[in-house]
Amino acid sequence: MDEIGSLMHGFAVVLTPMNISLMFIGVILGVLIGVLPGLGGANGVAILLPLTFAMPPTSAIVMLSCIYWGALFGGAITSILFNIPGEPWSVATTFDGYPLAQKGRAGEALTAAFTSSFIGAFVAVLMITFLAPLVARFALKFGAPEFFAVYLLTFCSFVGMGKGNPFKIVVAMTLGFALAAVGMDTVTGQLRLTFGLTELMRGFDFLIAVIGLFGIGEILLSMEEGLNFSGKSARINAKVVWQTWKTLPQYWATSVRSSLVGIWMGITPGGATPASFMSYGLAKKFSRNGSKFGTGEVEGVVAPETAAHAAGTSALLPMLALGIPGSPTAAVLLGGLLIWGLQPGPLLFVEQKEFVWGLIASMYLGNLVGLIVVLSTVPLFASILRIPFSIIAPVIIVICAIGSYTVHNAMLDIWLMLVFGVMGYVFKKLDYPLAPLVLALVLGDKAEDSFRQAMLMSQGEVSIMWANPLVGTITTLAMLMLFWPLIAKLIALVRTPKVDELAAHRPVD
Amino acid sequence: MAHESSSEDPQGRPLLRNVTVDTVVAACLVLIGVVVMVEARRLGAGWGSDGPGSGYFPFYIGLILSVCGAAIFVQSLRARATDEQVFVDSVQLKRVLSVLLPSALYVGVIMLLGLYVASALFIALFMIVLGKYSVLKSVVIGVAVNILFFAMFEIWFKVPLYKGALDPLGFLGY
Repeated sequence: MDEIGSLMHGFAVVLTPMNISLMFIGVILGVLIGVLPGLGGANGVAILLPLTFAMPPTSAIVMLSCIYWGALFGGAITSILFNIPGEPWSVATTFDGYPLAQKGRAGEALTAAFTSSFIGAFVAVLMITFLAPLVARFALKFGAPEFFAVYLLTFCSFVGMGKGNPFKIVVAMTLGFALAAVGMDTVTGQLRLTFGLTELMRGFDFLIAVIGLFGIGEILLSMEEGLNFSGKSARINAKVVWQTWKTLPQYWATSVRSSLVGIWMGITPGGATPASFMSYGLAKKFSRNGSKFGTGEVEGVVAPETAAHAAGTSALLPMLALGIPGSPTAAVLLGGLLIWGLQPGPLLFVEQKEFVWGLIASMYLGNLVGLIVVLSTVPLFASILRIPFSIIAPVIIVICAIGSYTVHNAMLDIWLMLVFGVMGYVFKKLDYPLAPLVLALVLGDKAEDSFRQAMLMSQGEVSIMWANPLVGTITTLAMLMLFWPLIAKLIALVRTPKVDELAAHRPVD
Repeated sequence: MAHESSSEDPQGRPLLRNVTVDTVVAACLVLIGVVVMVEARRLGAGWGSDGPGSGYFPFYIGLILSVCGAAIFVQSLRARATDEQVFVDSVQLKRVLSVLLPSALYVGVIMLLGLYVASALFIALFMIVLGKYSVLKSVVIGVAVNILFFAMFEIWFKVPLYKGALDPLGFLGY
């Protein structure tokens, strides 16, 4: 058991007073980000990234991943108390969470949500601990065609698993690739798509895109609705926590099932939202109280929260082991690694053992810290949501502006952020998904490099993508995913499909 | 919470239909795709002396972008008769612009006065005009938030922010 030894070493790396206090700061900042409208996991981490440049990489990633955990926990608070899902994958939590809060059982719902989030994330971290090194070792044998096949699978999965118009998913993706191509060509050094503007030489930084699309776009959307928060208040004390914990073990089957669904869907990109909906649906089907779902069942909070966190955590596995992030937030963390001079991918496990295992150890601890922090401070964070929007909105716009400026110390970036904000607003209203766009923008250069290398190896023959069983399987799987909407239609012709009554609620992300 | 200025009349006049915006955006995407393809051709989308040229990958990206954009364009045209969804009505547009336009102005003012002064002005004015708060309260919050940011960025994390062309805070020595 190599992994356990390495993990213990990781704990030793992480358990310094400095890192533990960073953990608490990270989680608190993260919950704050998760609770505030307009700030979410991805753009929150993007804005705070420049602050960590001066830290050692391990401390920096500890803080950033704790911000991520905090943001995941924070989403549940707004879903349950305010019926406003902070993130797309918290939508399913509102189905039973908000009715519970309306009945005055908000404390119970929050405790159940936080605890199941913790359990989902814990199971997923266990999986990462043992599976990630194996995947990394396996991936060491990958050449350029294999890597390109994995990129292909990543992007095609968005089409296969995503909801909404497949053309819009592909368009969002290719637009991301096109934006990524702007600037210096990494292979030949030629300037591409800059149209003679020297400012564009640097290209479009995905951090700016993330801050604009998710931050400013979200503010514009909330503003449009003329937001009036009318939240339920919640009191969590030791007694409520204890009583809820006593009832949770009876939902063990739901927890196990949801964790597995979450892990399975989380490794593929964009999986957290479908995972939370799928496990809510499954729990509804299998539970004895299934018919009461939607009226305030604790089990209906447990299922989506467990799955969403298991998926959100599993999204870090491909990021670490293959260098391919599974969610926009994982993509931002990957961007951070690149800035600190760490190349994510299979070699990371060989060359930066201390960093990798420090990160994995911090996932265990960060989740625990997160659970403690949210259980003890919910009323405080809930009161933040009661600050009027006309104070919150300008402050968030200022934070976004500062965040975009600090990435490159460039004024142009603040203008670009505004443009991306308008784009995010329009795209969101027209149901264009933003996650594939961001991921394509992050991975554009690397995907292109592996594609060009693969084509160089084969002298331009596409058949190299089926040259050996490994690359062939991945490519075939990718094609299956890409054409899944079409295949699903054909299947529906033969067999009348089951009606998915939850589908209408699922957001495009 | 009586501060939300626009909560009195939720019904606005529909201004734009969803399909119309969908069609326009799809057309723009096709255009972007074509521009990418043309530019990629110029850079060398074919096979150079040492392998695929700079435009090889972007060319196909541009191709897929314009083909799928065209598909969305056609879909939106066919949905014209049936889809009655409203993209934005007059009240919504007013609310969105009431954030967007001041924000654009704010970014412009940053270039002159720097991030801190512009942000303090932005927060204070936003609160006075849109939130209908008293001048004193707004100014106090605007200034306090920015003193916090100043301490955080310039002093604790040592990340200097933009001071503006006129540098009104130059006397502080940061």
